[in-house]
Amino acid sequence: MKEIAYAAPRTVADAVAALKQANGNGKAFAGGTDILVQLREGTRNADVLVDLKKIPEMTEIRQLPSGDWQIGAATPCHRIESTVPFAEGYPGIIDGVHIIGGWQIKGRASLGGNLCTSSPAADSIPALIAHHAVVKIVGPDGSREVPVSEFCTGPGKNVLKPAELVASFVIPAMLPNSSGCYLRFIPRSEMDIAVVGCGTTLTVEKDTIKQARIALGAVAPKPVLAEEAAAWLIGKPATIESFEKAGEIARKAATPISDMRGPAEYRTHLVGVLVKRSLMTSLRRLRGERVDVLHDKLV
Amino acid sequence: MATKTPVSTTINGEPVEFLCEPRQSLLEVLRDTLHLTGAKEGCNNGNCGACTVILNGVAVDSCLVLGVEVEGAEVTTVEGLACRNELHPIQQCFLEDAALQCGICTPGFLVAAKALLDKIPNPTEEQIRFHLAGNICRCTGYDKIVKAVQHAAQEMAK
Ligand SMILES: Cc1cc2nc3c(=O)[nH]c(=O)nc-3n(C[C@H](O)[C@H](O)[C@H](O)COP(=O)(O)OP(=O)(O)OC[C@H]3O[C@@H](n4cnc5c(N)ncnc54)[C@H](O)[C@@H]3O)c2cc1C
Ligand code: FES
Ligand code: FES
Repeated sequence: MKEIAYAAPRTVADAVAALKQANGNGKAFAGGTDILVQLREGTRNADVLVDLKKIPEMTEIRQLPSGDWQIGAATPCHRIESTVPFAEGYPGIIDGVHIIGGWQIKGRASLGGNLCTSSPAADSIPALIAHHAVVKIVGPDGSREVPVSEFCTGPGKNVLKPAELVASFVIPAMLPNSSGCYLRFIPRSEMDIAVVGCGTTLTVEKDTIKQARIALGAVAPKPVLAEEAAAWLIGKPATIESFEKAGEIARKAATPISDMRGPAEYRTHLVGVLVKRSLMTSLRRLRGERVDVLHDKLV
Repeated sequence: MATKTPVSTTINGEPVEFLCEPRQSLLEVLRDTLHLTGAKEGCNNGNCGACTVILNGVAVDSCLVLGVEVEGAEVTTVEGLACRNELHPIQQCFLEDAALQCGICTPGFLVAAKALLDKIPNPTEEQIRFHLAGNICRCTGYDKIVKAVQHAAQEMAK
């Protein structure tokens, strides 16, 4: 890696100021599991790394009085998954957080880094979208809020303007009778990049689907919502047949490429399978069952 | 020459001070500056786990940590496992159970296994395999490693 300066500000405002001062040559540095690799490979360049991990607001995870949860953008995954009340309330988000790299990666990798790298295959994003998560962005011109569903604009591209930071994620309180799930298809169970990822949330009353949201990863230039499939589910009975049909409709939202991880047809097929399974798991969870998706029997 | 930053930290229970450039990884500092060559560089990009150390209680790849970041931190490397002349039970079990061949991956496995047994003293085989998925071994086929960790868990429970 070429020579670089390091700054460790204590406030979000100071971090923004440091990035502004770097005039386009500064990079936010959270867990470093993407940025250090990219700087070493020379696929990214920076004169200054602005470490976000010494900023309390960016490394906190707490429930707000409204019941929503706020997660500092630089909080490492291992801390998110070991925050029991959050993990129990949002198993679908934890499904994604739990499989970002191996244990050593999760000790460092953050949601902010996962989102800002803006890979179409990022494992935390589909479930965050399915749960209606919103990011608080802070920059030289003040702060704004953007739904995670609108954050990425293409592979490696997003809505951040120069010197802007994602400060935190706000994840709305779960509705009653609701749960979620994230499933990733890869050839092994850890340490690989999604061939397809699928995040869902589901609300069911008296066996009838009241709300559903489906987000897909690795099948388009950015994570996408399968809106038609989710809309079709409303009012339908919460059964495997309904979920299978939703999976068929969701395939239309996928515009995958063919690459070494799989041809486009295969990815499209997987969308149907994962949507069905993810909705089914969401249903089992909202009925009180604990499901470990890495070791679950397939439906 | 690049500006060097002074860093004070604790490594294997001992206070340590060193100078490093911000671009240097903790792995480079450990190996090249502090001559703690136990942590190995397999890939230098977070994939192999040969450089695993415990940073403030958490297993991390030291190739993806900057030296300047460990100011005030506590770091445990494989050199910190043995107690004087006595091997740590995990090291002893790796030897007895032949859980290594060429040995390049071994320090990383030992440290990751230590962090695992600190967190889950009696892990299932699945828990062991899940937590060691970030450590790659080209020689053993993993079975002997998993068995050695199970054996070490039993020894440590005695
Ligand atoms: C071995 C290995 C395995 C991996 N496995 C997976 C996997 O299974 N699934 C997966 O999705 N990813 C995986 N990754 C990729 C990576 O770990 C994740 O994307 C991780 O979440 C990145 O977070 P970070 O905190 O390390 O980000 P950093 O590397 O610190 O930052 C990433 C990018 O985001 C920017 N950034 C970081 N935080 C902010 C912020 N708050 N505001 C603005 N910009 C910010 C940085 O400038 C940089 O451009 C893997 C990486 C490695 C090395
Ligand atoms: S050298 Fe650090 S993970 Fe391979
Ligand atoms: S013993 Fe050779 S790589 Fe593991």
